[in-house]
Amino acid sequence: MHGSHPHTHDENGDVISIDPVTRIEGHMKVEAVVDGGEVKEARCCGTLFRGFENILIGRHPLDAVRLTQRVCGVCPTAHGTASALCLDDALGVADKIPHNGRLVRNLLLGSNYLQSHILHFFALAALDFVDVTALADYAGSDSELKAVRAFIDRQELSPFFPRYEGDYRCEKQTNVALVKGYLAALHVRRVCHEMLSIFGGKMPHNIGIVPGGVTGEVTADKIASFAGKLEEIGEFVEDVYIPAIFTVAGAYGDYFDIGAGCKRFLSYGVFDMDGERLLPPGLIEADGKPAKVDAARITEDVASSRYSDECAARPAEGKTIPQPDKQGAYTWLKAPRYDGGPAEVGPLARAIIGFTAGNKVIKGEVESALSAAGVGAEKLPSVLGRHLARALECRIAVGAMTKWLDELQPGEPVAVPLEIPDQAAGMGLSGAPRGALGHWIEIKDKVISRYQLVVPTTWNGSPKDSAGLPGPIEQALIGTKIRDRDNPFEIVRIIRSFDPCLACSVHVLTAAGRAKGVYRIV
Amino acid sequence: MPEIVEIPVLWLQGASCSGCIVSLLNSFSPKASSLVLRELTPGKHVSLRFIATVMAGQGQQVVDILHDDTAAAGGYVLVVEGSLPLGGDLFATLGESDGREVPIAETVGRLARKAMCVVAMGTCSAFGGIPAGEGNLTQAGSLEKLLQRDGIDVPLVNIPGCPPHPDWLVGSLVAVMRYGLDAVAATLDELKRPKMFFGKQIHETCPRRADFDAGRFAKNFGEPGCLYELGCKGPVTYADCPTRMWNSGTNWCIGAGSPCHGCVEPGFPDRLAPLYCKIDEQRLNRFRLLEPTVSETQK
Repeated sequence: MHGSHPHTHDENGDVISIDPVTRIEGHMKVEAVVDGGEVKEARCCGTLFRGFENILIGRHPLDAVRLTQRVCGVCPTAHGTASALCLDDALGVADKIPHNGRLVRNLLLGSNYLQSHILHFFALAALDFVDVTALADYAGSDSELKAVRAFIDRQELSPFFPRYEGDYRCEKQTNVALVKGYLAALHVRRVCHEMLSIFGGKMPHNIGIVPGGVTGEVTADKIASFAGKLEEIGEFVEDVYIPAIFTVAGAYGDYFDIGAGCKRFLSYGVFDMDGERLLPPGLIEADGKPAKVDAARITEDVASSRYSDECAARPAEGKTIPQPDKQGAYTWLKAPRYDGGPAEVGPLARAIIGFTAGNKVIKGEVESALSAAGVGAEKLPSVLGRHLARALECRIAVGAMTKWLDELQPGEPVAVPLEIPDQAAGMGLSGAPRGALGHWIEIKDKVISRYQLVVPTTWNGSPKDSAGLPGPIEQALIGTKIRDRDNPFEIVRIIRSFDPCLACSVHVLTAAGRAKGVYRIV
Repeated sequence: MPEIVEIPVLWLQGASCSGCIVSLLNSFSPKASSLVLRELTPGKHVSLRFIATVMAGQGQQVVDILHDDTAAAGGYVLVVEGSLPLGGDLFATLGESDGREVPIAETVGRLARKAMCVVAMGTCSAFGGIPAGEGNLTQAGSLEKLLQRDGIDVPLVNIPGCPPHPDWLVGSLVAVMRYGLDAVAATLDELKRPKMFFGKQIHETCPRRADFDAGRFAKNFGEPGCLYELGCKGPVTYADCPTRMWNSGTNWCIGAGSPCHGCVEPGFPDRLAPLYCKIDEQRLNRFRLLEPTVSETQK
C-alpha cells in the first residue's frame, strides 16, 4: 500500500496515523480515530525531547537570551524577546530600557512575525490547497514559471510529490498565480530576514536583542535600509499574501466551518508600546466573554505526557523528569491549562481578543476582512479564520513598524548597563508568531538555578489532560468529517492552520522558576 | 534536451530547531527557488527527496521514500540537521514500523551506510551543539559520534554554525558536484570542515581588529570599539563571517555590535561560555581543542 497511511483498528474505529506531519516546525505525529467517516478521537504527539531547560541550569544568566533562541529556528526572535524581558525583570532594568532599545526590539520581533507568517502560509500550508501540476503545460513567458514547467518535464518532482491527491479545487490560472506567489514568498521571507539582520546581525538566531536593550547603534542609513525592505514586504502582503487568502477562501469556503477548536483564547499581548501593547493581552472564555489574564492560573498536566506524575504543577513549580515508557502517555508535550481548561493561542487568538476588546486597528481589519469574505465573526475559529488572522496581523505589523522606524533617534542610547545580582527571579511574557510565550528565570549565586518556558505549541498541541479534556488541536480534529481516509486533507489542513512549532514545545517546560503570586501582564 | 543528472538529497532532522533548514532558505545566490527547481551545476540537479520542512507529502508516503532503493542506486547525499540523542530510543523518532516508533538515530545510521557522502549540517550535527551541552538528559551527540559508534565508514563533511551560512552548504555541494568527493576531502581540515569557509580566524579578518590593536574597547552594548571586553570569541573562532557577511551580505554579529559567540566551534556552547564574559588566561585552556589551525601554526 505504497503512499497510503497505516490503518490499524481501535475499539472505537479505524486509526489514521500520520507520522511525520511535515511542513510544520519540528517532529509531530497525529493519530485520529475515525468511525463512520468522522474523527471521534485525536492524539497529537510531539516526538522529540531535548530537555533545554536542564541544559540552562548553572549557566550565566545572560547566556539564556542567546541559547533559548535555539529552541526554535523559525521563531528565535520571539524567544530572544521573551528571554530579554525575563532578564530585564530579574536584573531590575525593566523600566529603564531606552526608547531606541524598545523600538528596535519591536522592529526585530515584527520582522520575525512577517517572516514566519509569510513562510507559514506559502511554504508550509499552501501546498495543501495549490496544485503545482497546473504548471505542466504552462505556456506563458514568466521565467521562473517556465523553470517550474521544465522541472515538471524532468519528472523528478521531489519535494512536491508524493502528496495527498484528490482535493485541489482551484482553476488552472488560479493555481498558476498561487505558485507564482509561493515563489515570490520564498524571496520575500528572505528579505524579512535581511531586514531583521540590519539591527539583529544575522538570522536565524539574531544577536541583537539583549537584556537592557539591543546591541546595535541606531543610524540613519540603517533606518533607510530597513524602510526600503519593509516597503517591499508591505507590498507583498497587500498585493500577494492577503489576496491569496481570499483566493483560497473562495475555493475552499467550507474551511470556515472546519477546525473550530476549543474556542477559548489566550494572549499575553505583544509589542511593547508606552504603557500598553500593540496587540493587547486577554483571555476569551468559550462563551465569548473576555477576562483579564492572570498567569498564576496556569497549570500543567502530564496525564498523557512522557513525564513522571510529579511533574504536574504550576509552571513556576514544575519539573521535567522524562519517563518515556509511562503507561498511557503518548507525547513529549505537557498540557498547559488555564483555570483547568485548554486555550488556543496564536494570531487567531490575538485577533479575537483585540476584536472583542474593541481595539480600533484590529477591529477595523477583522470587520472589513469578514465583510469581504462574506462571513460573520462566528466563522473566525476555523482553518480559514486562522490563515486570515495571520495575514491581517502582517498588515498591522507593517503599519506599526513603519511608525516605530520614524520614532527612532539616531545616536541615542540603545541599552543600559547590566549587573548580575547574586539572587533574583524574573518573568517575561510576550508572543511568538504562533502564540503566547512565557519565560521564567531564577538566579542563585549569579548563575541560572532554574529556567522555564511555556510556549505556543504546548498550548495548542497539548494532549488530553487528567480530566479527559483534549488539547485545542485535538478538539479541532474531533468531529471532522474525513472524505478520503487515504488522503485525509482535512486533518493536515486543520493541524497546519495552527502553525505548530514542535521544537519549541518539546520540550522546554521544566525545572521551574518560583511561585509568583501575582503576575503582571503589561 | 540534454540529460540532467539528479543528485538525490535526503535531509533528516534529529534534535534540531529547524534553524539550519531556515538558513538554507535564506540562500541569496543561488536563490532558494533555484535550489529546488534548477540545475545547481550544469547538467546536475539536486532532487530534494526528503526534506520534512518543505515537502508536500506526509506520513507513511514520505517514510516510504526513506526505504526507496532507487534513491540508493545512483548514490545520494544524506544531510543531517540536529544532534542525535543516543541515550534513549524515544527521545527522537520518525515514522513507525510494525507499530514501533523508529528512532531517528537508527534511520540516520541505516541511510548513512549507503550514502555517497553524509553532511553534518549545523553545530548540533557536526559537534553535538546545545542538545549535547552540560546538563542534557538525552546523551545527544554528533553525527560523527553515531557513525563511530555503529562502525559506519562513509565520507563526512561537517558544516558547523548555529545556524550555518547557506553559502557554506551550497558551496560545499557545488564543490562535490563539480570536482568530486576526493577533491573536496582534500580540502577539509582536521575537523572535517571545508577550509574555504572555516580556514581563517574571525579575529584575523575582523573590521574591528584595528580597535583591538589600538586598545579601543566597547564596555557596554551599543558602544563603538572592539568587543573583546564584552566576551567576543573571535580570537578562538574560525569562520569567514567577517568577509562573507550574513543574510545576503546585509550584516553579521559583530557588525550589529554583538560579540562573536563562536557558534561554529566544537564545544559550543559549553567551551565558549559564558558568552558575554571576556576570554581570560584561565579560560583559554578550555579553547585548546579549537587549536591549532593552519593559519595559526604558520605564524
